[in-house]
Parts: sequence; structure tokens; C-alpha cells
Amino acid sequence: MSELAAPAERGLAEIAGLRIVPRRFYGRWIAAALILLVLAWIVKAFAQGQIAWPVVAQFFTAPAILAGLVNTIIMTACAMTLGIVLGVVFAIMYMSPNPVLRGVALFYIWFFRGTPLLLQLLLWFNLALVFPTIGIPGLVEWRTIDVIGPFMATLLGLGMNQGAYTAEVVRSGILSVDVGQTEAAKAIGMTRLTTLRRIVLPQAMRVIIPPVGNEFISMVKLTSIASVIQFSEILRNAQTIYYANARVIELLIVAAGWYLLVVTLLQIGQFFLERVFSKGRGERRQPAQEAGA
Amino acid sequence: MIMDKPIVVAANVVKRFGPLKALNGVSLSIAPGAVQCIIGPSGSGKSTLLRCINQLETIDAGAIEVDGELIGYRRRGDELHELSDAEIARQRLATGMVFQRFNLFNHMTALQNIVEGPVTVLRRPRREAVAEAETLLERVGLSDKRNAYPIELSGGQQQRIAIARALAMKPKLMLFDEPTSALDPELVGEVLAVMRDLASSGMTMIVVTHELGFAREVASDVIFMDKGEIVERGSPATILTAPRHERTRNFIAAVLT
Ligand SMILES: Nc1ncnc2c1ncn2[C@@H]1O[C@H](COP(=O)(O)OP(=O)(O)OP(=O)(O)O)[C@@H](O)[C@H]1O
Ligand SMILES: [Mg+2]
Repeated sequence: MSELAAPAERGLAEIAGLRIVPRRFYGRWIAAALILLVLAWIVKAFAQGQIAWPVVAQFFTAPAILAGLVNTIIMTACAMTLGIVLGVVFAIMYMSPNPVLRGVALFYIWFFRGTPLLLQLLLWFNLALVFPTIGIPGLVEWRTIDVIGPFMATLLGLGMNQGAYTAEVVRSGILSVDVGQTEAAKAIGMTRLTTLRRIVLPQAMRVIIPPVGNEFISMVKLTSIASVIQFSEILRNAQTIYYANARVIELLIVAAGWYLLVVTLLQIGQFFLERVFSKGRGERRQPAQEAGA
Repeated sequence: MIMDKPIVVAANVVKRFGPLKALNGVSLSIAPGAVQCIIGPSGSGKSTLLRCINQLETIDAGAIEVDGELIGYRRRGDELHELSDAEIARQRLATGMVFQRFNLFNHMTALQNIVEGPVTVLRRPRREAVAEAETLLERVGLSDKRNAYPIELSGGQQQRIAIARALAMKPKLMLFDEPTSALDPELVGEVLAVMRDLASSGMTMIVVTHELGFAREVASDVIFMDKGEIVERGSPATILTAPRHERTRNFIAAVLT
């Protein structure tokens, strides 16, 4: 072949022997230098800012901080669970042919996405002003103040708000499943709800899980907002301590450290969860595995 | 056979999509055990007719009876009452449907696809359902693929599993909507073989197809549709070799070339 090549091709072939000089990335060097400068400045500020690191270490595992951490974790889990359950229910209502259900879902999503979370927390916390008692009139009734304390108000506030966002995520997950799947399910005699439960939702999970994982991580940090209604999560407990001992920055560092730790663990968990749910999609499994399945 | 009560009766069925009449007064009746092939150009309403028969579409006028039961409505005196979601689901049990694009449940293995209906819908014991599914897998020649996911199967294999999935519900009538159109030519034969076997076992089938060879060999009756209407109907020999209508002649000539 090579002896048959035209002169132009032979000329180009000679290029293959030349030395390659890599591109120079001046921008990267400048950026790195700038970042080093800023870092040095921050480190210097912290070093000279009279932060008592022994105090940070001392309070990192203080009982009040750990109790706050536990409350933060419990609240995150409960609020996310409520949010996911409400999200699925309202997504299904939103897509229902029943106009009443659809209207209720639309209103719910509109209201909870349209008002600030802080305002919603305050509303729940002060619910007793509107409904002094709750329950079924004449049968069972409780005083609202007893039922909706800081924990309940936070749970309802965070959970219902999360539900409105999750509903949209679930809805887009459901829409991502091919209509052919629904038609095949109907054709073997499944009702609408059975089709959702057995065929559509399991396949929608692949689309639903990554954003819900992100929201789980956001929720850890969002619980801190409940400090304004006296829910004793980690930030509020840190504040209570620094009101007494004036070690403001030290205790904020303690709280920040715990948040970072929890969020990092969740991110690792999310990585593995996504891997599980993307299995069998797009790539073929090895025949050897198939025999065991 | 002619004496038997028809398994499907359609009377003046009209289906509109906006201004378009996808079905424009279709009437037909199909006897039990018949293999009814439907041919016709693209957009002539063949799929729509099948989808109306198992209520994937609602009709705008006319009436359809499947297995002696009016579908979609209950008659009370002079009134027709719309059926509920659950009642429609029950009526669909009489028919099985095979789609052009297979539509196997992607998150389930071949066996799980077949067992899903009997266990979830018919509430049969899982063990019985699995045993029957294994018989069906054997019947479609795919016993070795019981644990494969749809993505791991060829189109022909997926379609054979889809047929097994429909048969697992023990329907009285099977609807096929161009079951081989999405397949590579070398995979068409294996699916047609399963359908031929099904036809000879006495199953009532309505088959929309462009496989004129299959129609000639297996059909007991052929319908030619065009523009939402049944243009003519007759034995395979008549329709495929000596059609009376110009439109049928043109269509068959076009398919054969
Ligand atoms: N969901 C829908 N919305 C609007 N129009 C539709 C819908 N389904 C079908 N149609 C129209 O109805 C007509 C009949 O469609 P149908 O799918 O029944 O044709 P067909 O005979 O099956 O054609 P093909 O051989 O291409 O599958 C077509 O003009 C089509 O565009
Ligand atoms: Mg079609």
C-alpha cells in the first residue's frame, strides 16, 4: 500500500515522526497560585483568630452535642420518610384521571413550593392559634399545644415541604417509563393502581433515586432551620452552649464538623445505592451471572 | 363453526382522534377458533381496531361485544353505564394482546414476566403459576432463557416470551398487532412458527400483519382495511389472489414488490 500512496499522503505521513510539545495550561497555574494565596490567608486568620482548638475537641463529643446529633439524624430520617410517602401519594393523585384528586395535589404542590420553609415551620408551630384543639369533634380531641410541639412542628414542616418537591420527582420518574409498559400491564388485566405498584414505580426508581438522594443530604442541613422553633437539633444545642460560655466559633466548628461527617457518609451510601439501581440497564450481564439469578 | 356464537362482534364502531376518524363505522364478527388476519396500508386503523377490542382505546360510537359481553358499559334498561377501572380490567382477561414492540416488563426476568399476571391478577398460587410458565416457556422454545432479562434477549425471543405472557392468562382470544414488524428478517420465522402452532391448537386469533405468506397459509379469513373502513373480507385465496376492489389489488401489489 505505502508505495502506492499519492505524494500528498506521503507528505502527511512524515509528520508522524515529529516531536509533540504538549499544550501549556497557563490558566491552571495562575488559578492554583491564587487559590494557594487565599488558603494561606484563611489559615492565618484561623491561627491568629484565637480559636481554642482544645475547646473544639472537648465539645465535639459533649453529651448535649451528641444528643443534638441524634435528634438531627432522627428528624432527617422521619421528615424524609414522610416526604417520600407524601411525594408518591401526591404524584399519583396529580396523574389521576379524577379531577378532584388532581386539584388537591396541584394545590398542595403549589402551596408548599410557593411559601418559604421557615414560614411553614412557624405556621405549624403556631397552629394552636388557629385550631386550639384537633381531633374528631365530640369523639376524641386534644389540645393542639400538646400535640404539636417542636418535634411535630418540625416534622410536619420539613416533611410536607419535602413531599411537594418529591411529588415532582416521582412524577417525572413515572413519566420516564414507556407507555408500552402500562399498556402491557393493562392487557394482562391489571388495574391502574396495580400497574403503578408492580410495573411503573419499580422502573421509575432509577430516575427517582438520584435526586431523592440529593434531597436526603440537603435535609440533614435543612433540619438546622428548626432551631428557630426550639427543636433541639445539633445547631440549636451548640448555640445553647455558646450562649453560656461565649465560645461561638469553636461550637460552630463542632457543628460544621458533624454535618460534614454525616453528609459524607450519606454521599458514600448514595453512590452505592445508585450503582445497585442502574444494574441491568443498558449493559448485558455476563452469562455466568445469569445462571445464578 | 358457523353455528357457534361469535367471540367478537363489532357494530358500526367509530373512533375519532380529534378531526380524524381512525375507525369509520367498522362492523365485523369473528367465530371462535377463527384466525382472522387484518391487512391494510399504514394509518388505515388496524391497530386502533385491536386496541378498541381490548379497551386500550374507548370508542366514540357503535358497540363491541367480546365473549358475549358488551365491553366498557353495562346496560340497564335504556341506559348504558360506564364500567369502573376494575370491571374493565376484568373484561380484559378474555383477551390477550401481543404488541409490535413486545413491551416485556423490563425489570423482570422472562419467567417473572409470564408469572406476573397469574399471581398478581388471578391470585394463583406461585408454585402452580411457575409450573405452568415453565410449560409455556417450553412451548415457545425458550426454557433455557427463564432467568434472562428482556434486555438480554433478541427481538424474536422477546416476542415469544410476550406471547407466553399473554397465554399464561388463558385468554379466549389473542390479538396480535404486527408481531413481526419490529424484527430482523431472520427472526420472523421463529415467531410465526409459535403463532402457527397456536392457531392449530384452536385459539381464536386476530392478527394484524404484513406477512401475506403467513396470512395465506394460516388465516381462516382476511380483512382488508383502508381509511378506517373494512374494504373487503373473504378467504385468504380470494383476498390475496383475486381481490374484487381496486384498493386491495394495489395494496397487495405494493406489498409483494
Ligand atoms: N393516540 C392517537 N392520537 C392521535 N391520532 C392517532 C392515535 N393513534 C392513532 N392515530 C391515528 O389514527 C390513524 C389510524 O392509526 P392506526 O395506528 O390504527 O393505523 P394502522 O393501520 O395500525 O397503521 P400501521 O400499519 O402504520 O401500524 C392514523 O392516522 C393515526 O395517525
Ligand atoms: Mg399499527
